[in-house]
Amino acid sequence: MVGAINNALELCMKEDEKIILLGEDIGKDGGVFRVTDGLIEKFGEKRVVDTPLAESAIIGASIGMALSGLRPVPEVQFAGFMLLSFSQLLNHAARYRSRTRSTMPLPMVVRTPVGGGVKALEHHSDNPEALYSHIGGLIVVEPSNPYDAKGLLIKALHMNDPIIFLEPTKLYRLFKQEIPDEMYEVDIGKASYLKKGEQLTVITYGNTVPIVSSVIEKKNISADVIDLRTINPFDEKTILESAKKTGKVLIVHEASLNFGVGAEISARIAEKAMFELSAPIMRVAAPSFPVPYPGYENYYIPNEKKVSDAIDKLLSV
Amino acid sequence: MQKQVFEGYVEYLQIMDEDGNIDEKLMPAELSDEKIIDMYKYMLFARNLDAKTLSLQRQGRVYTFAPLLGEEATQIGVAFAMKKDDILVPSFRQHGIFLARGLPLASHFIYWKGYEEGNITLKGINSTPFAVPVSTQMPHAAGIAFGQKYQGKNASVVAYIGDGGTSEGDFYESINFAGVYKLSLVTIIENNQWAISMPRSGQTAAQTLAQKAVAAGIDCIQVDGNDVIAVYKAASDAIKSRNPALIECVTYRLGMHTTSDDPTKYRTDEEVKKWEQKDPIKRVKAYLEKKNLWNDKLESDEIQSQMDRINKAVEEAESFKPDPVSMFKNVYSFMPEIISEEMESAVGANFWL
Ligand SMILES: Cc1ncc(C[n+]2csc(CCOP(=O)(O)OP(=O)(O)O)c2C)c(N)n1
Ligand SMILES: [Mg+2]
Repeated sequence: MVGAINNALELCMKEDEKIILLGEDIGKDGGVFRVTDGLIEKFGEKRVVDTPLAESAIIGASIGMALSGLRPVPEVQFAGFMLLSFSQLLNHAARYRSRTRSTMPLPMVVRTPVGGGVKALEHHSDNPEALYSHIGGLIVVEPSNPYDAKGLLIKALHMNDPIIFLEPTKLYRLFKQEIPDEMYEVDIGKASYLKKGEQLTVITYGNTVPIVSSVIEKKNISADVIDLRTINPFDEKTILESAKKTGKVLIVHEASLNFGVGAEISARIAEKAMFELSAPIMRVAAPSFPVPYPGYENYYIPNEKKVSDAIDKLLSV
Repeated sequence: MQKQVFEGYVEYLQIMDEDGNIDEKLMPAELSDEKIIDMYKYMLFARNLDAKTLSLQRQGRVYTFAPLLGEEATQIGVAFAMKKDDILVPSFRQHGIFLARGLPLASHFIYWKGYEEGNITLKGINSTPFAVPVSTQMPHAAGIAFGQKYQGKNASVVAYIGDGGTSEGDFYESINFAGVYKLSLVTIIENNQWAISMPRSGQTAAQTLAQKAVAAGIDCIQVDGNDVIAVYKAASDAIKSRNPALIECVTYRLGMHTTSDDPTKYRTDEEVKKWEQKDPIKRVKAYLEKKNLWNDKLESDEIQSQMDRINKAVEEAESFKPDPVSMFKNVYSFMPEIISEEMESAVGANFWL
C-alpha cells in the first residue's frame, strides 16, 4: 500500500503543480513509513516540505494554503498526534465551505496512519475515524488494499473538499497486489463488495478487512462482505440493499465499540430496514476505552476468533 | 521612539570542558568530589541501562525504544539538583533521570515491554509518566506548579522537552502560563540537535531555544548539556530561585531517534564523530582520573555491580504476568455496566486468543 500511495502522489503532483506535500520528516527521511520516499528528489524542497514539529500549524497552514489557491497534502505522522490539530480540523476545515456558502472551498487531503496490530508505542495505534466523521463537513476515507488506496487518493486529489485519508499502518506492507501504473479513480462515497452471498452481511473497513475475509473463507459460508472504504459520507444504499437481502448484519471495526462507526450504521439499518432483518444487528469492535500499551494489544484488538464467534452466534439465530 | 524592554543576550554556561578541566570560579561549592563521583556513576549507569534496553529490543524482548545515548549529563545533572519532593514531568527519553531518582529498574523494563504497570512506581519518585505526544506534558507541568503554589507547598516542578517540542503551541502556552502566575516551573530543553530527521535549524529561525523565554517574561540560560556540572548548577539555581525558568541544554543524540529510525538517512558520520569528542561521560572520567579519584579497577567493579542490578531487573520484568482484566478495571472510578459486559465476554472467551 505504501507504494500505491506514493505512486498516486507522484502522478497527481505531475499533473497538478498546485499540489504540495508538507509534514514532519516527509522529505529527506521519506516519512517514518517511507510513504513519501523519493518524492523530494523528484519534486524538490519547494513541493515536499519538511515542517517544524507543530501539527496545529501544519493543518492550519494547509487550510491557508488551500485558501490561497494551492492543494496541500499534509501528512500527520500518526493519527494520535492529529488531535493536536483537532481545532483546525473541526472548527475550520469542516465548516469553511458551509460558512462561506461554497465560495471558499478547501481542497486538501490530510494523510495519516491509523490503527494497531504492529505493537507500536502509546498513541501510535489509534483509530479516530468516528471522531472526524461525527461532526460532518469532513470526508473520511480509509482504504484496505493498494488498489483502493491509489484510486481513492487520486479521486481525493481531484475533489474540492477537505478529506481525511486514513492509512492503516498494519496494511502498509501486509500484502502485495498488482495495480495499474496509470491514473485511475475509485469513487469516494461508494462501498465495495469483496464477496457476495446469502447467509449474512459483514460490513467492515481498514485493518479488519483481511481479518473478516479470512474468517469467511475459512468458515466457507455464503456472505456479503462489504468494504466501506469511505466512512463519511458512507454508502447507505449498498448497505441497505445487502441488509435487506440477507437479513443478518455484522459490523466489524478495530476502533472501540462505544459511539463508533458501527453504531451509526446499525442505527441507519434499524431505521430503514428493521422489519426485513431476521436477527439483531451485531457489532465486533475493540472494548470501549482507549488503546492499551503494546503488551496488551492482543487482548484488545478484535481478531479472527472474535469475528468467527460473532458470525456463529448470528447464524444460529 | 524606542522602548527598551529587554537586553539582547543569552547567558551560556560551561564549567567543565571537553578535557575535564574545571573553571574553579564557577564551580558550585557544595559539589564535593564524592558528589562528582556519584554523578559519574549515575551517568555510567544510565548508559549501561540504555545499552541493555537497546540490545533487548534488538532481540525482540522489548518493543520500540528511544535511547538516550549522549544525553546523560542533561539528565543526571538535573537529578542531582532536584530535591526528593520536587516533581518531574518528563517527555519520553528520560529513563536516565528516572534511574537517578530511584525508579525500580524492573519498572523501566516493564514499561518498554509494553505494559502500563511499568508506570505504577512513578508516584514513588514524584514523576508523571512519559508523554509520547510531543510537548503535551508541558501544560501539566504548569498546572502541577500552580497546584503546589495554591496549596502553599514548596516543591518545584521540572519539565523536560526536546528541541523539536519547542515548536509546538503547548510549549509556548505553558511557559507563558508559568510566567503569568510566577510558578516554580523549571523547563529543561534537552536540545539533542535532532527531532527525528529534522535538525535544530529547521525548527526555528531563533538563534537559541533559550531566548524563547524572553517573550514569556521568564528567566533563561543556555548550558553545555554535556557538562554535568553546568547542568547541575543551572538547574539548582533555577530551582532555588522559585521563579519560572527555561534552561536550554545543548547536547547531542548519538544514537537513533528510536529503534525504528535509521539516522544514516539524514545525517553524516562526521557530525556524529564530532559530537563523540564532546562525550559527557568521558570528560568527567578524565577529571576524576587526573585527581586520582578513579581508576580502571573502580570502573570495572562499578560496571559489574550495575550490570548485576540491571540483569536482575530484566529477570524480574520478564517474569511479570500481564493482567488484561486490569485494562477494564482502570477505565473509571467505578465499573459501568457497558464495561463490565465487555469484560465478562472477553474473560469468558479467554480474550479470543
Ligand atoms: C505531537 C507529536 N507529533 C509527532 C510525534 C512523532 N515524534 C515523536 S518524537 C518526535 C521528534 C521529537 O523531537 P524532540 O522534541 O527534539 O525530542 P527528541 O526525540 O530529540 O528527544 C516526533 C516528530 C509525536 N510523538 N508527537
Ligand atoms: Mg531533539
